[in-house]
Amino acid sequence: MAHLLLRHRDIPDLHKIDVYQAHGGYDGLRKAIAMDPQEVIGVVRSSGLRGRGGAGFPTGVKWSFIPKGPGDKYVVINTDESETGTFKDRELSEKNPHQVIEGAIIAAYAIGAKTIYNYFRGEFMDAGYAMEDAVREAYAAGFLGEDILGSGFSCDFYCHYGAGAYICGEETALINSLQGELGQPWSKPPFPAVEGLYRKPTVVNNTETLANVPLILVNGAEWYTAMGTEKSPGVKIVCMSGHVEKPGNYEVEMGVTYRQLIEMAGGMRGGKKFKALLPSGGSGPVITEKALDAPMTYEGLTPHGSVMGSASVIVMDETTDMVWAALKMLHFFKHESCGKCTPCREGTFWMEKLLHRIYEGHGTLQDVQTLESVANQIGGRTLCALGDFAINPVLSTLKHFPEEYRAKVQGSANGQVKKAAARTAVPS
Amino acid sequence: MIAEKYSKEIEGILARFPTKKSAVLPLMHLAQHEYGYLSEAAKREVAEILDLDPTHVLSLAGFYSLYYEEPVGKYVLEICNDLACALRGADDFVEMASGKLGIPVDATTEDGLFTLKTVMCLGACDRAPMLQCNLRFEENLDEEKFDQLLARLRDEADETAVVPKIISYATRD
Repeated sequence: MAHLLLRHRDIPDLHKIDVYQAHGGYDGLRKAIAMDPQEVIGVVRSSGLRGRGGAGFPTGVKWSFIPKGPGDKYVVINTDESETGTFKDRELSEKNPHQVIEGAIIAAYAIGAKTIYNYFRGEFMDAGYAMEDAVREAYAAGFLGEDILGSGFSCDFYCHYGAGAYICGEETALINSLQGELGQPWSKPPFPAVEGLYRKPTVVNNTETLANVPLILVNGAEWYTAMGTEKSPGVKIVCMSGHVEKPGNYEVEMGVTYRQLIEMAGGMRGGKKFKALLPSGGSGPVITEKALDAPMTYEGLTPHGSVMGSASVIVMDETTDMVWAALKMLHFFKHESCGKCTPCREGTFWMEKLLHRIYEGHGTLQDVQTLESVANQIGGRTLCALGDFAINPVLSTLKHFPEEYRAKVQGSANGQVKKAAARTAVPS
Repeated sequence: MIAEKYSKEIEGILARFPTKKSAVLPLMHLAQHEYGYLSEAAKREVAEILDLDPTHVLSLAGFYSLYYEEPVGKYVLEICNDLACALRGADDFVEMASGKLGIPVDATTEDGLFTLKTVMCLGACDRAPMLQCNLRFEENLDEEKFDQLLARLRDEADETAVVPKIISYATRD
């Protein structure tokens, strides 16, 4: 099947506006502005499109929360892609920027916003520059600026750059950052749809989510729901990384199994045996062989205690030390905790210390119990989901691989400190 | 002073937002582009342009990891050694790089050319080991390619006086 989102892989130079237009580009916008804004929201709602940043909230429903009538409103594109193992929005922004821009203009028209901000993580300077070039082309062609295509609708588009903070992917932290504040989340309500950027109604959408929108407008909601599953319709970009032969982005219909995804990525590297995978970057619990035939949908991993999230699949083979993997992830979350909520700030700090001690072979069984207890005191006690994410790698590896923790602790009790398999994870 | 040198760019940045405060991260990027890092004076300069309390700019510089508050090398090499990259050899790559440069992580070479850092995910997990050199991606690396990169940068270093380490609003729009 030809790509729908990663269309640049089939069409050379798709980042140029003339090429994009020659392949149906901006037809979705043309169709949208001939419709009533509420009708546009209706189509996106009927398509069942859900947030591709990971939370999976229905996009059309999110748009419908914006109050109707006059007043300032904003569309914010979330290109703060910082989840470990995630690199899809970078490819879309660099190679197929017009599809994202078009989706965002349609969103702006639907909710009545006159300004779009695209928030890039600072490290995505190159992707941002590619998008800026595309934005200039869109202005010149009359798709942005005053009186777009003679519709009377006007809209501006600005690229904005963060400066290194994972937490800014959380929508309220992102809004704070865009306002020149520390990137820290606030306690919802108020939800951004009511009081967002500059305290005005705001829609924050993931880059990939918006890239779906032009095609839905052109082809209709039924075309979209015909793909994927009933509750998780459409297509999704999956980021495959770790111990697979061909890591990279893969565009699939929702509902493929994790086993199929590994096959698609060339299978396990070096023919090694599969051990575990993280289905949603660092933030979702690990799954094992048992869950490999689960469908990749928003609901598919629920029976296995995990989530699809942003579909950033980090694959680990039999040589991987799971305590080491958990420590890597915990280090990430400790580093990226914004410091606002005490359980997350202090909890991740102490958990990393404990886990490090266990990994180094100096831990005790009591340390493992304390680790679990601290984790359970963070979960559900923070303003945003980072606190919950941070404990997932630890609790899920403890659940699936308790023997690996035990071995480290027993090794220390016997005075036989074993430096385990971390370095075996290196290419052979 | 960036206020004079980049008055046109600053005006352009301010025009994007309904509040002056929103321009603070872009202006900090611009100041770092100009001075190579964010000194106390540079942070105060940004605060003054935007009528902000200097302590606010100071706190932002501490919060966001891309702002350097101490002088850094001409080239900042930031290697990702997060889980996804580490599964493809990033930890060993860091060790190799550190050995080649003769400095530990978070240090700068004596000639002031290179600063070595390890960072969290940069969105290039499928092309590990990888790094960013002043925010430019260098991907699918190995020892040989790292040697070539260092040689190339050493050559360039003689020709270029200032190398931007951050989003440069000065050359955009």
